[in-house]
Amino acid sequence: MDNFESFSGIAVAMPLVNIDTDMIIPKQFLKTIKRTGLGVSLFYEMRFDLDGNKIEDFVLNKPAYQNASILIAGDNFGCGSSREHAPWALLDFGIRCVISTSFADIFYNNCFKNGILPVTLNKDQVDGLMEDAGKGTNARVEVNLEEQTITAPDGRASCFEIDPFKKRCLLEGLDDIALTLAKVSHIDKFEAENTLSRPWL
Amino acid sequence: MTGRRTLYDKIWDDHVVHEAADGTCLLYIDRHLVHEVTSPQAFEGLRLAGRPVRAPEKTIAVPDHNIPTDVDRDKGIENEESRIQVDALRTNARDFGIVYVGVGDIRQGIVHIIGPEQGWTQPGMTIVCGDSHTATHGAFGALAHGIGTSEVEHVLATQTLIQKKSKNMKVEIRGSVGEGVTAKDITLSIIGETGTAGATGHVIEYCGEAIQSLSMEGRMTVCNMAIEGGARAGLIAPDEKTFEYVRSRPHAPKAGAFELAMSYWKTLQTDQEARFDRTVTIEGSQISPVVTWGTSPEDVLPITGLVPHPEEFSSPKSDAVRRSLQYMGLEPGTKLTDIEIDTVFIGSCTNGRIEDLREVARILDGHKVKPGLRAMIVPGSGLVRAQAEQEGIAQQLIEAGFDWRMAGCSMCLGMNPDQLAPGERCASTSNRNFEGRQGRDGRTHLVSPAMAAAAAVTGRLTDVRHFS
Repeated sequence: MDNFESFSGIAVAMPLVNIDTDMIIPKQFLKTIKRTGLGVSLFYEMRFDLDGNKIEDFVLNKPAYQNASILIAGDNFGCGSSREHAPWALLDFGIRCVISTSFADIFYNNCFKNGILPVTLNKDQVDGLMEDAGKGTNARVEVNLEEQTITAPDGRASCFEIDPFKKRCLLEGLDDIALTLAKVSHIDKFEAENTLSRPWL
Repeated sequence: MTGRRTLYDKIWDDHVVHEAADGTCLLYIDRHLVHEVTSPQAFEGLRLAGRPVRAPEKTIAVPDHNIPTDVDRDKGIENEESRIQVDALRTNARDFGIVYVGVGDIRQGIVHIIGPEQGWTQPGMTIVCGDSHTATHGAFGALAHGIGTSEVEHVLATQTLIQKKSKNMKVEIRGSVGEGVTAKDITLSIIGETGTAGATGHVIEYCGEAIQSLSMEGRMTVCNMAIEGGARAGLIAPDEKTFEYVRSRPHAPKAGAFELAMSYWKTLQTDQEARFDRTVTIEGSQISPVVTWGTSPEDVLPITGLVPHPEEFSSPKSDAVRRSLQYMGLEPGTKLTDIEIDTVFIGSCTNGRIEDLREVARILDGHKVKPGLRAMIVPGSGLVRAQAEQEGIAQQLIEAGFDWRMAGCSMCLGMNPDQLAPGERCASTSNRNFEGRQGRDGRTHLVSPAMAAAAAVTGRLTDVRHFS
């Protein structure tokens, strides 16, 4: 995984609440055995009609947001299925930061495994950023993970909380399997003890 | 703290391999269930890094999401992508030494049905799977939850997960429930009360008389939808019903080992003085047979209700309701019992067990499916199917006009050919009514198996209490 670096980018707003992972990446695209190439299918059923034509008034189809890298979404973003295809599709489209008032648990975790930063802000902050995002390419939002800030085009900054371990993994692009395997002696010990205390397993 | 711990605290404490200063833990995983859709990239990752599966004997692989449910499916999978995925699972299981329950095996079925059925699910275990409905196994007092594909790879490689502990939430259903009210109505009503994000960051322990009175099948239905309320997991403390269910299963501990296990399982109860971060209490008598009207599982009302007006909700939910009603093709103020349906789907990891099929047969009681209505039953596993055939239920359902299919996830998520057409309206015993979930522009109303059976006969959403 690449190191997560601070960036500024175009933000796109989807104010709908409870955007679920079925919306983010519909089931017909889960048949892949790869992690890549899902960006064209992101929000497919909102972006394209039954004949495969672009639905012009859907926000991601508007020219101003073709290069959006920050998604600002309604409450409980990413609820539903555990499909990691959701962050894969977002990343492949170019989204590297999602901002909402809350996230579903599994989606939130999945983001970190793929170098996407999910940011939780309060409702006023999210509403303000959505308004900014409405201004299209003229409104660049700055994401700074090191400082834990989101800065709006007018310079107002919002601080966000993040788990220190997750922050480090993103900043340094760490492979968490390698991190865990470095603790393999603890796993060996746990298994040996478990064999004695719960031998039926 | 010993003596003041919840059930979740106890299972958690017994699985912590390592705790860092900031509270980040390595949690040991006792059982890992793997299916074809969320695992290929994980196995690819292992191959690229040259890593083996640490504990293949604790891992079980079964194809369920993609596979056709036609009775002649042994001829192979027509859809190329689906076939590649299922083939990949079989190859990966073989290469990494994992137990594989293939389509030709009578034990094959939905991963969350066959885990308990085979005794791979036991109280006090930690169980994960790349599927959000892993919460189902919580019915046994096991800490069970869904994970993403990167975490699947992590568990395969290390048999652990990097976790921070969730908060404790208690959902108590007091007293008993009324006639016609099932486990499905209980779990949907809880989500109606708390919302789809109401339990985010928490592990729910379901308790109270109405929960204890449920069969193991009913408890699985309740825990299955914990994720729909946003919870990391749902739990029910194990009791005699649990132990009896597990005792005879092929992979349950045997003889002396079972007794030893049971003495441990009996300690898996929340201590009286344990504190919960949040408590929700619902009177069982207040729960009705329910149905969803919108595109979120929280959009639930008693069957006696009316389709709501968006104005009844505050912003931004009101906008979501407006969108839902348009998608669902419903007018505010319509009686729910006036909504006509095209299709009935009975199955899924929520309601695809033998008890569910018995309930459908009991409600049908000689009635026929309304002519022109598409009605399908997809048993949760090959063994559920075989048992229903043995009990004569299958014959009754076929004579009533149901399409009697092979086991799999089927129309719950429509990854295989079992899908709704645009505009088609379905009474479904599954777990999600999201836009496009059962087929693009398909319209899903979540109901219990009893309500689905009644709807199949009348051709509209029906109050099972007034159906005879």
